[in-house]
Amino acid sequence: MSENTGFAKLIFGRLTWEAIPLHEPILLATFIAVAVGGAAVLGLITYFRWWGTLWRDWVTSIDHKRLGIMYVVLGLVMLLRGFADAVMMRAQQAISFGDSMGYLPPHHYDQIFTAHGVIMIFFVAMPLVVGLMNFVVPLQIGARDVAFPFLNNFSFWMTASGAGLVMMSLFVGEFARTGWLAYPPLSGIIASPDVGVDYYIWGLQIAGVGTLLTGVNFIVTIVKMRAPGMDVMKMPIFTWTALCTNVLIVAAFPVLTAVLALLSLDRYVGTNFFTNDLGGNPMMYVNLIWIWGHPEVYILVLPAFGVFSEVVSTYCGKRLFGYASMVYATVVITILSYLVWLHHFFTMGSGASVNSFFGITTMIISIPTGAKIFNWLFTMYRGRIRYEPPMLWTIGFMVTFVIGGMTGVLTAVPPADFVLHNSLFLVAHFHNVIIGGVLFGLMAGITFWFPKAFGYRLDPFWGKCSFWFWLIGFYFAFMPLYALGLMGVTRRLSHFDDRALQIWFQVAAFGAFLIALGIACFLIQLVVSFMRREQLRDTTGDPWNGRTLEWSTSSPPPAYNFAFTPIVHDSDAWWDMKLRGHARPQSGFIPIHMPKNTPAGVILALLSAVCGFGLIWHMWPLAAGSFALLVVGTIVHTFNYDREYYLPADEVLRVEDARTRGLAAHG
Amino acid sequence: MADSTATLGPGRAGEAQAVRFYDSGEHHPENGTLLGFWIYLMSDSLVFASLFAVYGVLGRNYATGPSGAEIFQLPLVAVNTSLLLLSSITYGFAVIAMARKRVGGTLAWLAVTGLLGIGFVGIELHEFANLIREGNGPQRSAFLSSFFTLVGTHGLHVSFGIVWLVTLMWQVAGRGLIAANRRRLMCLSMFWHFLDVIWIGVFTFVYLMGTLP
Amino acid sequence: MVPSRAIGFLLPLALSCTALLAGCDMVVLRPSGYVAQQQGQLVVISTLLMLLIIVPVIVLTLVFAWHYRASNTKATYTPDWDHSIQLELIIWAGPLLIILALGALTWIGTHTLDPYRALTRIDSPRPLSIEAEPLKIEVVALDWKWLFIYPDHGIAVVNELAIPVDIPVHFTITASSVMNSFYIPALAGQIYAMPGMATTLHAVINKHGEYEGFSANYSGAGFNGMRFKLLGVSAGEFDSWLQKARASKDELTREGYLELEKPSERVPVRRYGTVAIDLFDLVVNRCVDSRAVCVRHMMMGGHAEPARTVARAPGREADALNLIADAAVCRADGSLATALASPVYRD
Repeated sequence: MSENTGFAKLIFGRLTWEAIPLHEPILLATFIAVAVGGAAVLGLITYFRWWGTLWRDWVTSIDHKRLGIMYVVLGLVMLLRGFADAVMMRAQQAISFGDSMGYLPPHHYDQIFTAHGVIMIFFVAMPLVVGLMNFVVPLQIGARDVAFPFLNNFSFWMTASGAGLVMMSLFVGEFARTGWLAYPPLSGIIASPDVGVDYYIWGLQIAGVGTLLTGVNFIVTIVKMRAPGMDVMKMPIFTWTALCTNVLIVAAFPVLTAVLALLSLDRYVGTNFFTNDLGGNPMMYVNLIWIWGHPEVYILVLPAFGVFSEVVSTYCGKRLFGYASMVYATVVITILSYLVWLHHFFTMGSGASVNSFFGITTMIISIPTGAKIFNWLFTMYRGRIRYEPPMLWTIGFMVTFVIGGMTGVLTAVPPADFVLHNSLFLVAHFHNVIIGGVLFGLMAGITFWFPKAFGYRLDPFWGKCSFWFWLIGFYFAFMPLYALGLMGVTRRLSHFDDRALQIWFQVAAFGAFLIALGIACFLIQLVVSFMRREQLRDTTGDPWNGRTLEWSTSSPPPAYNFAFTPIVHDSDAWWDMKLRGHARPQSGFIPIHMPKNTPAGVILALLSAVCGFGLIWHMWPLAAGSFALLVVGTIVHTFNYDREYYLPADEVLRVEDARTRGLAAHG
Repeated sequence: MADSTATLGPGRAGEAQAVRFYDSGEHHPENGTLLGFWIYLMSDSLVFASLFAVYGVLGRNYATGPSGAEIFQLPLVAVNTSLLLLSSITYGFAVIAMARKRVGGTLAWLAVTGLLGIGFVGIELHEFANLIREGNGPQRSAFLSSFFTLVGTHGLHVSFGIVWLVTLMWQVAGRGLIAANRRRLMCLSMFWHFLDVIWIGVFTFVYLMGTLP
Repeated sequence: MVPSRAIGFLLPLALSCTALLAGCDMVVLRPSGYVAQQQGQLVVISTLLMLLIIVPVIVLTLVFAWHYRASNTKATYTPDWDHSIQLELIIWAGPLLIILALGALTWIGTHTLDPYRALTRIDSPRPLSIEAEPLKIEVVALDWKWLFIYPDHGIAVVNELAIPVDIPVHFTITASSVMNSFYIPALAGQIYAMPGMATTLHAVINKHGEYEGFSANYSGAGFNGMRFKLLGVSAGEFDSWLQKARASKDELTREGYLELEKPSERVPVRRYGTVAIDLFDLVVNRCVDSRAVCVRHMMMGGHAEPARTVARAPGREADALNLIADAAVCRADGSLATALASPVYRD
């Protein structure tokens, strides 16, 4: 390993040409594909002269709808990367038995399973969840935007920067080989001296800032900006789950920030928080990271629950059963999620009473969760169910998630966990709840709100294909893992001695293949829907006979959402308006106060990414310089007091007239 | 003025009631800046809570290095604490001047606050430099790691507060006590007092209790 | 169509269940040690308890999904019915009752099966006699192999463990560098192996045989190969196994341990005929290397002496000196009781 010296060391730190993996065929091929694809995309943008539009209407946009779409795009792109990691792991595990070592040496396999977990949680699930909340919540509460639109833009770009750093580790240097939570001492400087864990730390710290600010933003939005008449027990259920999710974000992410900062101090400064010697205690890291980690999974699943509530009541043509009960259940889950973290390490030797306490609190969470399932069930009861794809995803969720929940409560019994911890049974459990719960919910939500965002529905045929491949693929991919766990097979292995296990892994690989087809169908669905968009056009803004306020706007909504703020009288506000014969205002518009777009968010986020890169590679001047620019840039930004403008009344009139004409033409 | 009205269903023909579904005026939601900043401060408290927890667990792990009793210079810490607490009072005077719409008074008290803050940070840096020179830097033991990090994170926050304070002084001098600046002053006020509260926690749990055997 | 929808995911589920029922070498459900057996039973009982709710929920979901489909115009449609106190009571009470039962099971089971708790039974019908002394085995998770020290027999073996059938064992477990997890599915549940700390596991093997053991916590590049065998043997076979180890010329001295500690993968079984005194204790305290300060001394209060290296006498004398230094008592006020300065490990 050559090292830089002298001046080169000052500028480039520990970044040398050897960091570029030219000798790794898979990475080289990936890089070429990405470079070619990227060049094609850049070429297309240039050819269609979209740079201006891209900058003005998307990159610098503070509009929650645009940001929501960008978050979802980010999440879906990262899904492809995270899934590619999954396919590589499944393939390796299907062939590496006895003398055959497969095609992925542990050095690579171990980066792949780490990256798979980090990407799926932080850069797929989180952006998709935040994206849906971004797009939907202000519309559902009758607001024009979120409380802090600039911060919203900044949050997005920070998340994207974190994702960018993690992706960069593929081509410059390596990623961590520690598992997605990077326990020390393995992640400490002695056992992991290379850049991998540093990519992990800085990617997550940068994205974490974005997420925390989103949490603050949405709590204030929901508390302060609801339409008149919408008291909390008249809020849509998705908004309730969004509120609880953002409370979880604000209360959990700071702990992640702190613990990663401590790990980085151990690695950069030589402190002894989590070292084996000089008084450190790695168990402290495990506690802190899971104090964040458990609320995190509820951050992911609560919005999915919110989606299901909206989807079920809309497609069953029926009020959600037990609204108050659903609200209380959500709040109880939010609070209880802070009392269960130790169930992730029953085997660390905490003693029977401590273990029992946390096991029992974990089981208690299943009570409000079960109540929610029953409430969805009884919303379906005596409803009139229309099987659009989101409803299919919901039924799939209801069957699949309860199995995952069951295995979760099972592993919450500490002695049972002693034999199942870190086994493939555990891996099957958490994929069961994350895919069955979070992913199915996100797919349902994306399909449900797609027409609102883009003005046309997604093609139902390809949506149904995608659903069935995902559902069946999930069972083929993960049921064998439950069996393997019961056979005593542990996780994170890339080679097995016992040939008798191979058939199970081959079945699981087949399942992964089916899921790949599911993803392919989804991508095809996007293309086909775009091509058939005139036939799938949403002309009224209310394609599903919806119940909440977002369906009262056009599809897509105007930049200002509502020409006049709605006044709410009942929950399911839009349903109430339709029932009582509201009339859409067509005149008398007034100028609307709107926030201006800004480049500050993307600039500051890019500076953060550069700073992160400098810190990772020990390029101290670069890190210090970009940090200084960051501080200066922030200060300069605060001198800009001119952040808003008034949209003229005749502009509003023009937009609303166009909608009036459209509604008249299509009825 | 577009005022949508609707009658309530066929059975109530006799009592046509106007139900408004749209607010025809300019609807301005309540400003959420102070609430938002407060929530951010609560999240910052959680960062400190984590650091306190780490200090709680690792704070007696001296690893044959010095203990708190051996390195803390309580008289200096007392001076430090007075400076910071005093700076909270002077910030309060700045807010009073702001309420009385006195730009000059506001700026003066802000300046005093800033100077007291700089004094605080200066003394802390002096303390850290001495410790490091003696070989008792943050690498020496888990106790020292948690000490430096907890106290240092607080000091970093104060430093950022001072930068913010100077920036805000500049902005108040430039644009006066407009609504946006008043909001910013209130946010910085919350931040400053919050740091004070955290410091009370620090000197109690770290300095005072750390000198107990 | 519900039938085809159902087949789509019920079929692979049913297949897996059949395989499960067929046993299929599911060691977690059919282990060979009493502790693991009780844990496996808990897995089954908990699952059955929960299926009481889960199965009806899944069935109801599919039934409602089918019956209330929009095309079935004969089904009742009550669009505004959204509330029923009785139903809510059942919805909350049902799971609550199951959780109460599971909670009780959890409390009792967790205390009974606490790895730190000494065994009171050899297996279900046979209690342990009061005088029964458990076999002591000390376990060190290294990069990337397992070291087993039998302190009462003065031998040590790498990557192979032998236990006489029906004799209770008391494991004390630690690690040298990173967190691992000591797990033999046939024997008992796992427990983490952590540097600088000792965890405990009590277990007994009830059947003669050869069993798989491994680390259940990812620990780095050699994780795949970090496997060992547990031999469940008769008393006579155990004696010959001990003999085989004693006959080995290899000595696990402190230097030998430091050599063994260096990273290596897929290490073949290695036997040591002698083991340094208190080696495991030194491993736990991270002072096998004589230049290092034992962890137990670091925890005993402050001592304002700057870090410095001290010249060490070579050979066995150094060991004796170090033992004295290590045994130097840190008084409550933090001062050292001997004149020997406490050496601090310097890189």
